[in-house]
Amino acid sequence: MKALHEMGVAELGRALDAKEVSSVEAVQHQLERLAAHAELNTVLGLDPQALEHAAAADARRAGGERSALLGVPIAHKDIFVTRDTPTTAGSKMLAGYRSPFDATVVARLAHAGTVTLAKLNCDEFAMGSGNENSAYGPTRNPWDPSRVPGGSSGGSAAAVAARLLPAATGTDTGGSIRQPASFAGITGIKPTYGVCSRYGMIAFASSLDQAGPLARSAEDCALLLGAMSGFDERDSTSAQRAPQDFHAQMLTPRDGASAAQPLLGLRIGLPKEFFPKALANDVDRAVRAALAELEKLGATLVDVSLPRTELSIPVYYIIAPAEASSNLSRFDGVRYGHRAAAHGDLEDMYKKSRSEGFGAEVKRRIMIGTYVLSHGYYDAYYLQAQKLRRMIADDFQACFSQCDVIAGPVAPTVAWKIGAKSDDPVANYLADIFTLPASLAGLPGMSLPAGFGEGSMPVGLQLIGNYFDEGRLLHAAHAFQRATDWHERKPAGY
Amino acid sequence: MALTPDDVGRIAQLARLELANDERAAMLTQLNGFFSIVEQMSAVDTSGVEPLYTPLSAVQEVHLRLRDDAVSETGEPALRALNQRSAPVVEDGLYLVPKVIAG
Repeated sequence: MKALHEMGVAELGRALDAKEVSSVEAVQHQLERLAAHAELNTVLGLDPQALEHAAAADARRAGGERSALLGVPIAHKDIFVTRDTPTTAGSKMLAGYRSPFDATVVARLAHAGTVTLAKLNCDEFAMGSGNENSAYGPTRNPWDPSRVPGGSSGGSAAAVAARLLPAATGTDTGGSIRQPASFAGITGIKPTYGVCSRYGMIAFASSLDQAGPLARSAEDCALLLGAMSGFDERDSTSAQRAPQDFHAQMLTPRDGASAAQPLLGLRIGLPKEFFPKALANDVDRAVRAALAELEKLGATLVDVSLPRTELSIPVYYIIAPAEASSNLSRFDGVRYGHRAAAHGDLEDMYKKSRSEGFGAEVKRRIMIGTYVLSHGYYDAYYLQAQKLRRMIADDFQACFSQCDVIAGPVAPTVAWKIGAKSDDPVANYLADIFTLPASLAGLPGMSLPAGFGEGSMPVGLQLIGNYFDEGRLLHAAHAFQRATDWHERKPAGY
Repeated sequence: MALTPDDVGRIAQLARLELANDERAAMLTQLNGFFSIVEQMSAVDTSGVEPLYTPLSAVQEVHLRLRDDAVSETGEPALRALNQRSAPVVEDGLYLVPKVIAG
């Protein structure tokens, strides 16, 4: 049997089923790895009950219960509230905060039998693309510790890539699952808006925020997404539909396809705007090689256009901060969160508490959002952005009349060096160009390892599907991963 | 149209943020840098386009669901204590704030 940390979710589930290993052993092993690799700074807090929960999972299994996830160790991005461990959202504002309840995603995964080991580092309130905006220090990329792991689900991506965990949860508002998955050489999926409940996910931009898994393969993502998703009456934007078996959808063969050509008939659209001159050569090369592989598997490549790709940047960075400024107004130092030690009257208490509790990027976004929603500027900025958002969503529907899925790079470059962009917020925003369009439209998107570029850093391939087409994305990704081994590569030393 | 230091002060007041002098200067530069990439938005003719406030309404009718206006969480006062355990200052189940009414 191979080392426990070499096993992904599906494989570990099978080993648990075959009684080759117990959940207690698997959890103990991963806890030791998390402790041994503190240099990556992935962990913000450990769940002290992890071993008890593992023993309970073993007892459930001994009692005859069988589930793919029963006893599998995972961890949550520290943006999901948990009743029994603190939740910080990567912010000083919420240092030590204890939620009275578990987020729906947390509760559903626990119900499926996963064992939570830890809460994972992230950009403060999920605002960032490099995990450098965490109040608890940057997370490091295991492929090169001098580089960022991506963000905002950077702790999740780094921990999975370094085999400290088989899988972790993340959230994606403008690319925060897909981009760190790409930078860390793992697989991640952001489902259609509404597929996963936002209840208990600390709100950043409510019309964009979605939860999803980060894991080593499409198969592992399918298993986790099945358990995380589903209608929740506690989220007013939760999609009302029957529970989905994404794993079965992933395995369902296409009509007329063969073992050698599992993707026969699949039309993959390549937006020309996703391959601009400014795209780094190494990323372009890896993505095109992956596309050639998909062609070999039977897919047809089709040229399409998303003409407002570049406009997605200002549109997103108006809408997301606008929603953030509203969502973060709840942090007033009264009901929860930081309260300044020294202050004058009530208003002064609000101001000092917020100014001490929030970091620089969060303040910038609150300022942008407050401005674009303020009297006299609302129509020119916020309303205009929401109209452009409709045009961007319509552009996707025009593409999907010509193709079944859309493919391209996840990010214009591989992971950058820690500190390289920290003085230039706009440079960070521009690097989100390829993940923002699908976020604005609310479409599902995934990132899968597609090779390596500059500095031997991983490059991700992005696949975008139409609304509720997660099954098709996972099917294509799974076919790709059966034919390639990029997703099995791991960083040296881990 | 670039923002001025006065604008930054006004926005900070609306957002209930207190910025130190060096923070305020950096904020002005960064916000103006940001709004320079926003300008391209205004060049697009969006007349007649409906804003897309929630993404699924791009392809389907979205009705806002409302729950019944009834107590859904029971278990007081234990639940209240759980809810207030992270509050900075509470007394007898109440949240304390600086005095608002003089007297």
